[in-house]
Amino acid sequence: MLLRKVSQSSALCGTILRIPPALSGGQRQAGVVALQNSRLYASQAAQAVLEKPAAVGSDAAAKVEKQAVAAESKSFAVSIFKGQIATAQVFPFPSVLSEEQDQFLRELVGPVHKFFEEVNDPAKNDALEKVEDHTMDGLKEMGAFGLQVPADLNGLGLSNTQYARLVEIVGSHDLGVGITLGAHQSIGFKGILLFGNPAQKAKYLPKLATGEHIAAFCLTEPASGSDAASIKTTAVQSPCGKYFTLNGSKIWISNGGLAEIFTVFAKTPMKDPKTGEMKDKITAFVVERSFGGVTNGPPEKKMGIKASNTAEVYFDNVRVPADCVLGEVGGGFKVAMNILNNGRFGMAAALSGTMKASIAKAVDHAANRTQFGSKIHTYGAIQEKMARMTMLQYVTESMAYMISGNMDSGASEFQIEAAISKIFASEAAWSVTDECIQVMGGMGFMKDSGVERVMRDLRIFRIFEGTNDILRLFVALNGFQNAGNQLKGLQKALKNPLGNAGLLAGEITKRAKRKAGLSTGLTLQGTVHPELAQSGELTVKAIEQFGVVIEEQLIKHGKKIIDEQFVLKRVADCAIDLYAMVVVLSRASRSLSQGHASAQHEKMLCETWCMEAHDRVMRDIKLLRSSDSKKLFKNLRAISAAVVENGGPVSPHPLGF
Amino acid sequence: MSGRVLVGVKRVIDYAVKIRVKPDNSGVVTDGVKHSMNPFCEIAVEEAVKLKEKKLIKEVVAVSCGPQQSQETIRTALAMGADRGIHVEVAGKDYETLGPLQVSKIMAALAKKEEAQLVILGKQAIDDDCNQTGQMTAALLDWPQGTFASEVSLDGDKVKVVREIDGGLETIKISTPAVLTADLRLNTPRYATLPNIMKAKKKKIANVKPADLGVDLTSRLEVLRVDEPPQRQAGVKVETVEDLVGKLKETGRI
Repeated sequence: MLLRKVSQSSALCGTILRIPPALSGGQRQAGVVALQNSRLYASQAAQAVLEKPAAVGSDAAAKVEKQAVAAESKSFAVSIFKGQIATAQVFPFPSVLSEEQDQFLRELVGPVHKFFEEVNDPAKNDALEKVEDHTMDGLKEMGAFGLQVPADLNGLGLSNTQYARLVEIVGSHDLGVGITLGAHQSIGFKGILLFGNPAQKAKYLPKLATGEHIAAFCLTEPASGSDAASIKTTAVQSPCGKYFTLNGSKIWISNGGLAEIFTVFAKTPMKDPKTGEMKDKITAFVVERSFGGVTNGPPEKKMGIKASNTAEVYFDNVRVPADCVLGEVGGGFKVAMNILNNGRFGMAAALSGTMKASIAKAVDHAANRTQFGSKIHTYGAIQEKMARMTMLQYVTESMAYMISGNMDSGASEFQIEAAISKIFASEAAWSVTDECIQVMGGMGFMKDSGVERVMRDLRIFRIFEGTNDILRLFVALNGFQNAGNQLKGLQKALKNPLGNAGLLAGEITKRAKRKAGLSTGLTLQGTVHPELAQSGELTVKAIEQFGVVIEEQLIKHGKKIIDEQFVLKRVADCAIDLYAMVVVLSRASRSLSQGHASAQHEKMLCETWCMEAHDRVMRDIKLLRSSDSKKLFKNLRAISAAVVENGGPVSPHPLGF
Repeated sequence: MSGRVLVGVKRVIDYAVKIRVKPDNSGVVTDGVKHSMNPFCEIAVEEAVKLKEKKLIKEVVAVSCGPQQSQETIRTALAMGADRGIHVEVAGKDYETLGPLQVSKIMAALAKKEEAQLVILGKQAIDDDCNQTGQMTAALLDWPQGTFASEVSLDGDKVKVVREIDGGLETIKISTPAVLTADLRLNTPRYATLPNIMKAKKKKIANVKPADLGVDLTSRLEVLRVDEPPQRQAGVKVETVEDLVGKLKETGRI
């Protein structure tokens, strides 16, 4: 399902922004950037949601300006869209566990690992299309259903980083079990943890933590997938105000057939305090199966994660007490987005475990299989695969713990990073496992090797909890929004050029330098380890050029940037690569300065990654800046239109029949 | 009877780790290697905890001798259900030469001090495979011993032990206090669950020095060298049965 929203807070919205030729590097005419407050850009295209900063109200324009000048975001991903580098959240690599947390985590890892090695049988779970009963009971006893529930409410009270380390073990063994656990605690009852009032927490969490009650997250509907705001399920408040009547149906709900507690999103009619108009707004509810009227369909037949239960859930005149509203009435969209944002790092952590397991299988085969008289790992074709698999795992793992670390140290702005980690992890894991099968050859294709199951299980990760396509739009639009903020600040300064002479002179110089290909003084020197200086420079160069292209696109497309999905996709790809570069720079720097035994190996991973990522970013930037892109995108659009029109490929068969 | 059981838990290199010998042949590499509780000690802990769950005994005390990290092993025992721990701190040179005799002296001293009714140990540890500590402890205490136990039933001050011996099972009945050692089939140890690991954080581990117990750790053994097991030599293919017989005769096998 996904995200979309009326971007009333956006810096892109509000007044018209003009950048004079001098500021835009003299390159083009003054551009126009404007975005209407009220426009729902669901038109046909961008349905990604830009979450609105909490502080911004309906008089957005005024506040946004203040915000643009005052609150500088600490997010690295936000900063690169402005051609800047905010290092606070990415350097040094976060190390957030207290001694006690570290010790406790060490004690937990062994038993969890052992449980999955000795008790859980992934092949059997897959064949049965359910988690075996004794495994399920074992997981409950194990405490696996309440990892982040506070200790006084029967949980283990783990931090995000501790949670990540444990789900990594789950991910390396059985993604079907991973989804059962994740649908329960990463999304199913995460809303109660994040937004529940003390009474709701005390009532629900203890039984959820022990697994006595299973939870499910109900957002997606038959006609509402990526476009989450279009849900049709309704919750109408009784005249007395004491309860809501819930009606509607939800599809593809993980744990839908097992759950007792549901986090349900429904539309509630509300009166706009200003206009007095009645409008539907989304509200989140905690719904118990025992309320009555809650039923579910049979378990769905799926390609992968078969062990997890997926079912339709129906709500037929369910009487939900008003106490069960999660967060505020009408505030459900925010609840949904926060739950998802807060859970994404877990997917990256789990999948980094999956990749580790796939790599281990590939290594085992490559190191023992002899062909043409040599072990196949001695051949370049295999070596390149092993090296790339290792880099992808290193990047994913670094992202997962970078983000969990940021979250644990109280960062509030990590949604771009979290979305990037979900995209990257799901694609990296797919590629690593695919290559694992390739390295193993025919053996990998056989069911008994256990890799085909992983491949099937992995496919859904690029689709659920926000398809990667929608998340790319989310990453790009979020970034553009912030870049727009900065331009807006400049616009304001231009109104009083004398008073802001210093600022303007700086900006003009910066743009002139960037245009001439000179460094603008942006640097990672002193931040990255000296041995990685070269990779640091490549990253800085790429970020500088990325900043330029963002500004150009913003000026070129103005408010229409939201409909430029060909551009947005490439911008997101660059942002993903840039974030990946900086997380490995950070992690390898830490290993070098702490003198880890693996430091030189990590340096190699980092250098190799940065070299190739830099080239990819530069290629995309070059395309976006050239006129070729216009032609390319036009062609792609036209080919698609023709095929859709024709109901399939247009060209006749080469044989003519 | 005191109703107290003393269980020995040894921290060893994890069974799944591939053992590497140090380049100077003085021992095996332990730095940065995953360690866990000796599997036979896990069986011993499980048996003690079961006795407690059946209310046949009152308290289970887990003992480990070794460096600071041994406390992790004790924590595991506590998470499995032991009530408290005793960490006998042995580090440096003393730890390197710590063998069955030294440990059994410590166990014997603790058994007396704690007035244990039973001492349950694993039959052997998977690192040195000595299989001596239980027997030595019983001898030093002059207590009866029930080694290689595959079944234990406690009834008042008598304990019936089914022992795994060559060629079958032997059932004996001995009086407590006694020393038992656990064999593989005695039980299937439970998993330390995460909530129990958390609760175990509140359980106490007492720190004791061997000197406090009046135990002298001097070892009379000296390790000369440690070697990898010999690599298996490649075989040869023979063409005919005659060749095979000839080769076997050549090597003096037949």
